Amino acid sequence: MSVKIIFEHLYMVVAAVACSIAIGLPLGVAAYFFPRGRKTILFVSDVLQTVPSLALLGIIMIFVGAGKLTVIIGITLYSLLPIVRNTYLGLSEVDPGVKEAARGMGMSKLHRLLKVELPLAFPVVFTGIRIATVNAIGTTVFAASVGGGGLGSVIYKGIRVMNVKWIIFGTLSLMLMAVVFDVVMGMIERRLNQKFSGPGARNPAD
Amino acid sequence: MEDLIKLFDLYGASLIRNIGIHLLYVFSSVAAGFFLGLVLGILLSRAPKYSKVILPVLSVFNTIPGIVFIGILFLYLGMIPATVIIALSIYAMFPVLKNTYVGITNVEQRYLEAARGCGMNRRQILFRVELPLALPTIIGGLRMATVYTVSWAVLSAMIGLGGLGEFIYQGININRNDMILLGAVPAAILAILLGALIDVLQKKVTPRGIQKEARAK
Repeated sequence: MSVKIIFEHLYMVVAAVACSIAIGLPLGVAAYFFPRGRKTILFVSDVLQTVPSLALLGIIMIFVGAGKLTVIIGITLYSLLPIVRNTYLGLSEVDPGVKEAARGMGMSKLHRLLKVELPLAFPVVFTGIRIATVNAIGTTVFAASVGGGGLGSVIYKGIRVMNVKWIIFGTLSLMLMAVVFDVVMGMIERRLNQKFSGPGARNPAD
Repeated sequence: MEDLIKLFDLYGASLIRNIGIHLLYVFSSVAAGFFLGLVLGILLSRAPKYSKVILPVLSVFNTIPGIVFIGILFLYLGMIPATVIIALSIYAMFPVLKNTYVGITNVEQRYLEAARGCGMNRRQILFRVELPLALPTIIGGLRMATVYTVSWAVLSAMIGLGGLGEFIYQGININRNDMILLGAVPAAILAILLGALIDVLQKKVTPRGIQKEARAK
């Protein structure tokens, strides 16, 4: 029962972050390529993260109805900012000399992006994904209010019936999940940075 | 449109009251959290040895959702506004503390050396060099604290203490979309407005010397 709830929570987080990567990565690339759209893209993702989570989920619930889908959409929107921003930052911090060299070799724009710029920017992008994931684990607590279940529902129930054990179980599982993701992804990040000890070695969004 | 007018007729007064309550929670807890975070951040920056242990521990605590603070304090203190304010203050403290520490420790060594060379004592260096240079980062922490607090203050309604969450929870419970929006839209606007306000503040407090550097980034 309890393990099932942890997996339910994890499922929503992973699904949302995956969607967020699928949307955020192209948006970050677009912000890099089109200076005109850059401000709008960054502003919108900033606003999305500023909106109180429960308010965002409530508004989405009106259109989608209660359930996990609402939560996944909400957390997807909520996680966009770190991914979009870091993709943009990572790409724009790639060494100009390397970009120049790629152009000199006659690579097309798309080729350069896929073969040179994105791989070099990847450590920074990954930092954004880590931040988004750890944030999403916390925010998914709100799922309980819109019928999505997860660890939030244990905590809510514990508060309602004044059962400290449930609150602590929910909290500790959440903390553990956040810490494990943070540490493991941090380790991958360090490995990536060693591999490309280029301009991506910094950690701009932390 | 007519529905909207009817809605405001019915709930206008309680909307204004709840916005007031919400703001009260946000301002009092952000003020307390900011003060605590600033003081603790400065203290930690004086003792980097201990900070290496304390900061990771704090960032683990930071992963505790705000609802848990509210929930646990609710069990011990009961249904009083202090429960919400204390819980949110603790929550607001983390980003300010972290950014104060990072801001101060990131001040470049050459500035400190120059200050020492000018004959400043440690307190003067702190107040005239380190804090002004760290201020933009500290205000960045204040922004995070404020936005989070507006977000978590929605939860005060969960333990029956008002705020804009009242409409959202009621709306969800009785399945009325207009009620949800009545709480959600003002809460969203509030967060965006306060965030924008602090952005302006951040620009104002950035020392002129490093404004250029920041823009060049």
